[in-house]
Amino acid sequence: MNSKRISKSLRLWQVLMLAALFAFWHVATHPSLLPPIYFDNPNKAAFFFGQPLEVLGRIWAWFSSGSIYVHLWVTLMETALAFVIGTVSGLAVGLWLALSPTAAALFDPYIKAVNSMPRVILAPIFGVWFGLGMASKVALGVTLVFFIVFFNVYQGVREVSHTVLANARMLGASDRQLLRHVYIPSAMSWVFASLHNSVGLAFVGAVVGEYLGSSEGVGYLILQAEGTFDIDTVFAGILVLTAFALALDWTVTIVERRLMVWQPRSGETERI
Amino acid sequence: MQAAAPAKAPAHPALALEHISVTFISEGAARYTAIKDATLVVRPGEFVSVVGPTGCGKSTLLNVAAGLLAPSAGAVRVSGMPLAGLNRKAGYLFQSEALLPWRTAHDNVTAGLEFRGVEEGEAKRRAEDWLQRVGLRGHGHRYPHQLSGGMRKRVALAQTLILDPEIILMDEPFSALDIQTRQLMENELLELWSANRKSVIFITHDLEEAISLSDRVVVLSAGPESHPIGEFEIDLPRPRDVAEIRMTPRFIELHTRIWQTMKDEVLKGYEQQKNQ
Repeated sequence: MNSKRISKSLRLWQVLMLAALFAFWHVATHPSLLPPIYFDNPNKAAFFFGQPLEVLGRIWAWFSSGSIYVHLWVTLMETALAFVIGTVSGLAVGLWLALSPTAAALFDPYIKAVNSMPRVILAPIFGVWFGLGMASKVALGVTLVFFIVFFNVYQGVREVSHTVLANARMLGASDRQLLRHVYIPSAMSWVFASLHNSVGLAFVGAVVGEYLGSSEGVGYLILQAEGTFDIDTVFAGILVLTAFALALDWTVTIVERRLMVWQPRSGETERI
Repeated sequence: MQAAAPAKAPAHPALALEHISVTFISEGAARYTAIKDATLVVRPGEFVSVVGPTGCGKSTLLNVAAGLLAPSAGAVRVSGMPLAGLNRKAGYLFQSEALLPWRTAHDNVTAGLEFRGVEEGEAKRRAEDWLQRVGLRGHGHRYPHQLSGGMRKRVALAQTLILDPEIILMDEPFSALDIQTRQLMENELLELWSANRKSVIFITHDLEEAISLSDRVVVLSAGPESHPIGEFEIDLPRPRDVAEIRMTPRFIELHTRIWQTMKDEVLKGYEQQKNQ
């Protein structure tokens, strides 16, 4: 009860902070509220930093006219596809390499090389290969997600408790059953630990891909607005992206809680 | 070598470890011979405890019996047949946590049946029965982390015994429990065991536990090159209560005799650990 009250007042403070931030933004960029301190022209602050009311108006216009939905749909689809393909392939390759040491030894330097390469620079190449549609953005997102999942699965399989493994074998598990009942569940806990990261990076891949060349998507909207120095629209796009990134993260948390009930959470005292 | 009545060997002992040696090789380090020329025979239905100072290779010996570890020399025979690969007739109760953490208590108990392809309804029915037998009825839906240490051990016990193994290998299964829970578990183990006597190898460093549970106690020398240095028949009457039997004169007499053999080895083991 007490902790509930604390979290309630915490929420209130968090909202107040957001409101204060917007108020500060509004006051500092409004042409007539404050005399220009830094800039020589009262409109310059608004030009560089946008105006919150204008930004919110832009967002309102997008959603009320419905013009944003097609762009949001494209960005979210790219995110989802990049996430699913990256996770599944990372899981498969991670399991394979963790369970066959020869292949792991063979591929090791290449995996290290590809992982340390700044993969965002691949975006233009993907643009050439897959065109300016969704495929090139998905490809970029996959390269980002794959390695996170891959390394986590690889680690997860190698850190399976020897006792648990020996126990499963003594209970009569075949190699396939070991994979299904020991290695994959153990690896999944590591995958889930990295889920927040990989969903975030799938989103980054989609937006960056759009930003570097596209005809649809929220990244495309931002790119267009920047081309005409329309800072308000740029900020509106950023706010919408942030809100959806938060929503995705929240979804992941819910899914995680559902699927990982077997894992102890810190501070949990449900023993008897 | 045998201090008490020599074991008469029946045609086929349930489990026979014959002249087992185990040498570990690790890169950059010298070879380490954990066990040298150890012979241990377990008759059908016999409860044998193996005691010895810490680090004497008791667990190694058990892993050899389970087929998890191949011996460097010697042979393992299960009911007279040489063992190759895993010992399918044995159930293994581990010292550390061995339950599958992502399965509920109930699903942990059914795991072995599931691996063996037992039909689901049948597996469920037998699991319920076993959960009740180990005193965990109504706790089947809990995950291992939601259970206490003693309850986890009970789940592990049910998980192993549900498969009805002919040989049960136990590696200090109760060493992590507090003394009261431990005596409770020991009594339960004896009760479960006496219902349909299986062959048991019980590893422990606790001599009292060994005597109160077993038909025979085997003492191992301190490692390296550990080997049995004494065997003692425990002729205490059954059924036993592990807490009460410790007060009987015969128990104290046996304890004194076995401790005489064990004492020097324990001191040797302690010195070795100190000098490491």
